[in-house]
Amino acid sequence: MNVNQSAPPVPPFGQPQPVYPGYHQSSYGGQPGSTAAPTPYGAYNGPVPGYQQTPPPGMSRAPPSSGAPPASTAQAPGGQAAYGQFGQGDVQNGPSSTVQMQRLPGSQPFGSAPLVPVVSQPAVLQPYGPPPTSAQVTAQLAGMHISGAVAPVPPTSGLGYGPPTSLASASGSFPNSGLYGSYPQGQAQGHPGAQPPQRSVLPQASSFTPSASGGPRMPSMTGPLLPGQSFGGPPVSQPNHISSPPPQALTPGTQMSGPPGPPPPMHSSQQPGYQLQQNGSFGPARGPQPNYGSPYPGTATFGSQPGPPQPLPPKRLDPDAIPSPIQVIEDDRNNRGSEPFITGVRGQVPPLVTTNFLVKDQGNASPRYIRCTSYNIPCTSDMAKQAQVPLAAVIKPLARLPPEEASPYVVDHGESGPLRCNRCKAYMCPFMQFIEGGRRFQCCFCSCINDVPPQYFQHLDHTGKRVDAYDRPELSLGSYEFLATVDYCKNNKFPSPPAFIFMIDVSYNAIRSGLVRLLCEELKSLLDFLPREGGAEESAVRVGFVTYNKVLHFYNVKSSLAQPQMMVVSDVGDMFVPLLDGFLVNVNESRTVITSLLDQIPEMFADTRETETVFAPVIQAGMEALKAAECAGKLFLFHTSLPIAEAPGKLKNRDDRKLINTDKEKTLFQPQTGAYQTLAKECVAQGCCADLFLFPNQYVDVATLSVVPQLTGGSVYKYACFQVENDQERFLSDLRRDVQKVVGFDAVMRVRTSTGIRAVDFFGAFYMSNTTDVELAGLDGDKTVTVEFKHDDRLNEESGALLQCALLYTSCAGQRRLRIHNLALNCCTQLADLYRNCETDTLINYMAKFAYRGVLNSPVKTVRDTLITQCAQILACYRKNCASPSSAGQLILPECMKLLPVYLNCVLKSDVLQPGAEVTTDDRAYVRLLVTSMDVAETNVFFYPRLLPLTKSPIENTTEPSAVRASEERLSNGDIYLLENGLNLFLWVGASVQQGVVQSLFGVSSFSQITSGLSVLPVLDNLLSKKVRGLIDGLRAQRSRYMKLIVVKQEDKLEMLFKHFLVEDKSLSGGASYVDFLCHMHKEIRQLLS
Amino acid sequence: MATYLEFIQQNEERDGVRFSWNVWPSSRLEATRMVVPLACLLTPLKERPDLPPVQYEPVLCSRPTCKAILNPLCQVDYRARLWACNFCFQRNQFPPAYAGISEVNQPAELMPQFSTIEYVIQRGPQSPLIFLYVVDTCLEEDDLQALKESLQMSLSLLPPDSLVGLITFGRMVQVHELSCEGISKSYVFRGTKDLTAKQIQDMLGLTKPAVPVQPARPAQPHEQPFVSSRFLQPVHKIDMNLTDLLGELQRDPWPVPQGKRPLRSTGVAVSIAVGLLEGTFPNTGARIMLFMGGPPTQGPGMVVGDELKVPIRSWHDIEKDNARFMKKATKHYEMLANRAAANGHCIDIYACALDQTGLLEMKCCTNLTGGYMVMGDSFNTSLFKQTFQRIFSKDFNGHFRMAFGAILEVKTSRELKIAGAIGPCVSLNVKGPCVSENELGVGGTSQWKICGLDPTSTLGIYFEVVSQHNAPIPQGGRGAVQFVTHYQHSSTQRRIRVTTVARNWADAQSQLKHIEAAFDQEAAAVLMARLGVFRAESEEGPDVLRWLDRQLIRLCQKFGQYNKEDPTSFRLSDSFSLYPQFMFHLRRSPFLQVFNNSPDESSCYRHHFARQDLTQSLIMIQPILYSYSFHGPPEPVLLDSSSILPDRILLMDTFFQIVIYLGETIAQWQKAGYQDMPEYENFKHLLQAPLDDAQEILQARFPMPRYINTEHGGSQARFLLSKVNPSQTHNNLYAWGQETGAPILTDDVSLQVFMDHLKKLAVSSAC
Repeated sequence: MNVNQSAPPVPPFGQPQPVYPGYHQSSYGGQPGSTAAPTPYGAYNGPVPGYQQTPPPGMSRAPPSSGAPPASTAQAPGGQAAYGQFGQGDVQNGPSSTVQMQRLPGSQPFGSAPLVPVVSQPAVLQPYGPPPTSAQVTAQLAGMHISGAVAPVPPTSGLGYGPPTSLASASGSFPNSGLYGSYPQGQAQGHPGAQPPQRSVLPQASSFTPSASGGPRMPSMTGPLLPGQSFGGPPVSQPNHISSPPPQALTPGTQMSGPPGPPPPMHSSQQPGYQLQQNGSFGPARGPQPNYGSPYPGTATFGSQPGPPQPLPPKRLDPDAIPSPIQVIEDDRNNRGSEPFITGVRGQVPPLVTTNFLVKDQGNASPRYIRCTSYNIPCTSDMAKQAQVPLAAVIKPLARLPPEEASPYVVDHGESGPLRCNRCKAYMCPFMQFIEGGRRFQCCFCSCINDVPPQYFQHLDHTGKRVDAYDRPELSLGSYEFLATVDYCKNNKFPSPPAFIFMIDVSYNAIRSGLVRLLCEELKSLLDFLPREGGAEESAVRVGFVTYNKVLHFYNVKSSLAQPQMMVVSDVGDMFVPLLDGFLVNVNESRTVITSLLDQIPEMFADTRETETVFAPVIQAGMEALKAAECAGKLFLFHTSLPIAEAPGKLKNRDDRKLINTDKEKTLFQPQTGAYQTLAKECVAQGCCADLFLFPNQYVDVATLSVVPQLTGGSVYKYACFQVENDQERFLSDLRRDVQKVVGFDAVMRVRTSTGIRAVDFFGAFYMSNTTDVELAGLDGDKTVTVEFKHDDRLNEESGALLQCALLYTSCAGQRRLRIHNLALNCCTQLADLYRNCETDTLINYMAKFAYRGVLNSPVKTVRDTLITQCAQILACYRKNCASPSSAGQLILPECMKLLPVYLNCVLKSDVLQPGAEVTTDDRAYVRLLVTSMDVAETNVFFYPRLLPLTKSPIENTTEPSAVRASEERLSNGDIYLLENGLNLFLWVGASVQQGVVQSLFGVSSFSQITSGLSVLPVLDNLLSKKVRGLIDGLRAQRSRYMKLIVVKQEDKLEMLFKHFLVEDKSLSGGASYVDFLCHMHKEIRQLLS
Repeated sequence: MATYLEFIQQNEERDGVRFSWNVWPSSRLEATRMVVPLACLLTPLKERPDLPPVQYEPVLCSRPTCKAILNPLCQVDYRARLWACNFCFQRNQFPPAYAGISEVNQPAELMPQFSTIEYVIQRGPQSPLIFLYVVDTCLEEDDLQALKESLQMSLSLLPPDSLVGLITFGRMVQVHELSCEGISKSYVFRGTKDLTAKQIQDMLGLTKPAVPVQPARPAQPHEQPFVSSRFLQPVHKIDMNLTDLLGELQRDPWPVPQGKRPLRSTGVAVSIAVGLLEGTFPNTGARIMLFMGGPPTQGPGMVVGDELKVPIRSWHDIEKDNARFMKKATKHYEMLANRAAANGHCIDIYACALDQTGLLEMKCCTNLTGGYMVMGDSFNTSLFKQTFQRIFSKDFNGHFRMAFGAILEVKTSRELKIAGAIGPCVSLNVKGPCVSENELGVGGTSQWKICGLDPTSTLGIYFEVVSQHNAPIPQGGRGAVQFVTHYQHSSTQRRIRVTTVARNWADAQSQLKHIEAAFDQEAAAVLMARLGVFRAESEEGPDVLRWLDRQLIRLCQKFGQYNKEDPTSFRLSDSFSLYPQFMFHLRRSPFLQVFNNSPDESSCYRHHFARQDLTQSLIMIQPILYSYSFHGPPEPVLLDSSSILPDRILLMDTFFQIVIYLGETIAQWQKAGYQDMPEYENFKHLLQAPLDDAQEILQARFPMPRYINTEHGGSQARFLLSKVNPSQTHNNLYAWGQETGAPILTDDVSLQVFMDHLKKLAVSSAC
């Protein structure tokens, strides 16, 4: 079926291309809108970012799309003409190039100015409703459909969007400025906001003017907005925002003044796109945009790209016509990357994780801490069931913030401790309602009325706000910390500073591989970089050392000793800690002894022949040591082999590939013995977190060994076939990062919600002894917990839904604290609102985690089918309830979810769910584990790797090259590409790359002389080399784990490995290509609909 | 019978043997009527500077069940080069080496003056001496410091090639590996878990399979004999290391909460020490030296819980069966002691604490293995320091006065059988024709293992006469006993000392006088006391006393001269005259009386009593009292309250204590400072004299006695008052105000009363 369907599209595509221009524009508009999470913008108001506004919510998208279609059609011609040149080429390249284009020029400035005003006011509240739905992306399988789609769209949009007005406006808006003008009013709908941006793009001079006017409004807006402080921001912003504001301010300014001038051109090009938006969203459109900027001429370049559609056989669905992740990402960057995301308004969809943006906390937690699958929650469980969209939040309570953003303020409420609701125990937050002149407050979660303690009393102003609201972080910010009182401490005693224990395998394998020597050498300097709190001069963290093979060796490194003392414990069956004093020491005090120890460890075991190791007793020992020292802490385990020595937790080699694709496959993911779970439980009780570094030469049963790290909030690192020469940098880099990162210990996390929904399921690295408290022996800034919510009652549209995530933890200086994150979400009675405010990346994060946990209990096949079904149901529900009527052969996707199929396909073909022949059992368990704690950004790139062409853009261009889609078709054999997914990093070299390039990058004269599998690029003094190495370093810096580089030559045997990551293609293990999967999904949807 | 006294003394000096009877009754029946069993005190390694060991091996009787050693009592046919075994009468060829033998060219072992002779065995590997220190770290800082210094000092006293090891314990037990450079390494064990020998060896990596996996470092191969010597290293190699290690020893770091005793894993520590040696040096002489500063409070062998509010068991608790841990702990230590003994390792206990430390439970460790038990108040006292140092004292040849892993084998002529032995030994369960079925002490065997012994170690060996009443005694026939002691000399040589003694048989009916005259009342008293103490370990105190009394009465009935029912007519001959007095004091001694002694003290006293030689044993039974006064030179006086006079200085030696007691007047003079006045220099000399004598005793004795300097009315005077015969008490009023001695506030009977009762009972026909 699919094929057939796809076939038809093709032809259309041909057409579409021409259309593209329109598409692009439309898409752009749409995309920006969609991606940007229009709603928020509205909220934001644009002050800042016009951009964001544009993006705002799906709403914007929707309208635009809806509007777009017509526009597109209309414009199309014009656009086409323009595009005509680009033609196909545009399509392919389009995205990337467009992206740049958009960003730079118009969108940002524009958006910011005009949008702001518009959105801000109304958008927040009403706006959404109306515009939202529009977001649909109608992907027409057949070109025919597309065209058709376009036509229909407008109506659909109108329908779907619910808010006819919006539609109207949208449609109207298209007209441009006129609309805008209206927008201000329409803003309420939000769309306006969203659209505006687009429009801003669209609008030509004329349109702009409106935008310009928008600008002016802005100020006015701000005025009213003032409450939003930040809002005032735009103008005000400068003062407040510091860095960010200025640019914004400028932009607006510029826009304002210049709007007509500069923007228009840009926009003009885009405009056409706008109309198309809906369709365009699919991705094809993008191409053009990039070109738009300057590039038009650039068509040529486009052409260069491999994928060119034109040639496409008529039968196939044009890959360029289907939604492109690249395009979506680019659009979001362009539209929302330049302005801060201000969290003051409920239910805003934040920019994509791939977009760089600043966050201003004005009452809701930053998306760096919490991201939701949807920012608009159905009011009833029936609706939720109908939509099948999982309601989940991905929470990263200790997320690291960029330096520009302040870390949460610490609030000290003195001896009485943090103020809480008496009934539900929620902590004081900005949503609490003070009443009776400030003497009482009503809990925003459970509505209980509580007395305000005298010392906390404060008068209210005429709006009912406390006069000191802005002086108190807990009344004005989304994220903040409380100092905990002794009541919040274990045993009612303030905790001691935590300790790090390094537990090093010194069996034959570890010694031979050089690991021990390397590690000991590194530790000497690394110990100076233990995490410290704030401005502390030295870290409060104490350290201890253990080595082990079949027995454990503890070291007494007390500062008063001349030499360290080793204490061997052979009783591994009944582990205990042989010493108290001198095991955990302050690094500075015991430095000489520690140095001496680290010098001697490699020598002492240099001749070892001991190959057997134990594992569970090692963890037990570390845990007992912490227990004896009465502190929390972290174990750094460096382990090499399957623990086969006689001891608790002894394991057998049970790796059996024959189990794959059988009902027993799940056993490969399950731990071999329950001993580790029991042990983990004890660890959690003690606040003992375990980080495991594995250096296996063969099967080590990651599934079992990782149980403790997993349940204690630790990390696992795996270096298969570790060799010092090759893996040193990667290991050391990971180690440094792991040791230095800030960690919270002995943590308990609880998520409270407004009445109506509650947290029912949790995913991540932690342990739960009851159904509500997430216990984390350790929690660092890389770990996320995904929480799923279910309805247990009706939600109220007016009051929305609130989340409060409270994390009680011990800081690395031993201070007991509570970190609170609050997030307010909207509630809706219209499905369209839900679909307009979803975030696909978060959705995928949730679904991947859900599926990866599913493999523990069900056959992999079942898990995959479940995913596909759910996805189909989500999309079918949209089609049925939100999309405008269209022919059944047409695939219509919600704007916010147009990437769902491609991403989901990536999840389905991932190693865990569909292993290739070369994937080991350990690898699968390892990946499963990693994904479980990944945040949205990590899952995004992990499932859909970034593929960056290195030689496309001029060398002088210092910006990061635009990514291309992960498909072999996109590779040109004359270029070099970089591919990364957060864990792996490949440099693919095409067979016919220019010699000069080879020379300047690899220092050899020809392609054939490049060493395949090379992991380090030579340091050469030329622009290209510097740029590529800089780029690689930059990528590594973005990721929580060091990515080892592998140079892959085209046609080389290593290429197989590389191709595994080209996720849009058919995979060797049987994974469907994007196109095929989309067709399949379409079929499923149609089945559901009929 | 001066001759008998001389004979006895001569024999003791030459052979280290004292028999209760020096003429033996010829039949079983007569022997039992003698009351005091035929027995002897044997000091196997009595120091014999005049006896250089011979450098060849002994000649054995070829009969497999006999294997007696050629001795001066054997008949030798020089012409035929044959000798007849005097135990089994087997005729044996001399070995080829004896080709040149003749009446004028006799080998030493045939000369009568060499009834005791020592052979040096050249065969076999020479194993080094092994000293394994097991050190408690739950000590006060001062104590630990003192102990560390003592231990460090001891290193310098050890022969350079002897092996040393170190185990420390507190809450955990650490076995220190001594071979490593740089990092000091130790194996740590939980203090609460008993481990089998196999487990210990596995965990220490001593088992064979571990060897290929973890082969000795290249540096070690040349030390093949000491494969597993990581924990036991020659002193000369690790001298510095170990000194540093000891220097760095810290008090047990685990916190001790208020109201608790420190957790002390003595039971496991000893278990590991035993297991370690068992695995590495079985059947090699080794000394485990346990230093402890308090009772074991956890794990197997715990004696008391860690709650300070629950005191350690007292005799009262034990009688009430209220000592919770005693049985289990005793069992634990017995098991260890037996294992150690089986491997020839001896265990010393040095317990220094103000309270009890559990010696009662642990006594078998020393008693069965021949180790020392030393009890003191603190490691920081000269009592401990001197005693410890004295362990390493050397003989005239510069060798330690200690020997290891001895096996004592006793052979008797046919008329005798071996009933058992009492002393620091364990049975080897070697049955044979000369083993009696009636056991006295540790019986049922003809061989005993004595894991550690020194020149004063003395065993009581009990015999049974088995010849029937009617069997004629060969005219001039003599019964013979041969004691063969294989042992490891402190020079690491294996040696064999052979003592062959013979005594005449006599018909008790016709020759009772002879037998009577040949009675050695001192030896008899000690031998009977050993039997009594041996019984006291397992029986109720009163039962033992009753038994002793009955024996005494029977002896008096048998050998006293009296008219029936007329107590005043009762007389005992010279050779028996002191015996009742010994028994009187024995009844009062701490060996049989537990009143006023803690269980630990009783155990310690009994321990020493069971291993000291005759002279020392007698002092223990009946302390010696010397008097110093202006009336004449120092003289021994009666151990009687009447000896306590105001103008006397008394010096009492109870073996365990040296008490100097200033009489009332003397004390006043001293307070007045007369000794500092030149004109009273003689007083100064008088004060000094007992001090000098006491010093002399202190210097020589092992273990060093408690030294008490007190005066009339001083609290410490109780040591004296509790020992003297309470001839004057608050009960016999007539004594008040008389110038003879001091009254003792006691209800105990005096010697006089005791003797009166004895006479009355002896002459009565009722019993």
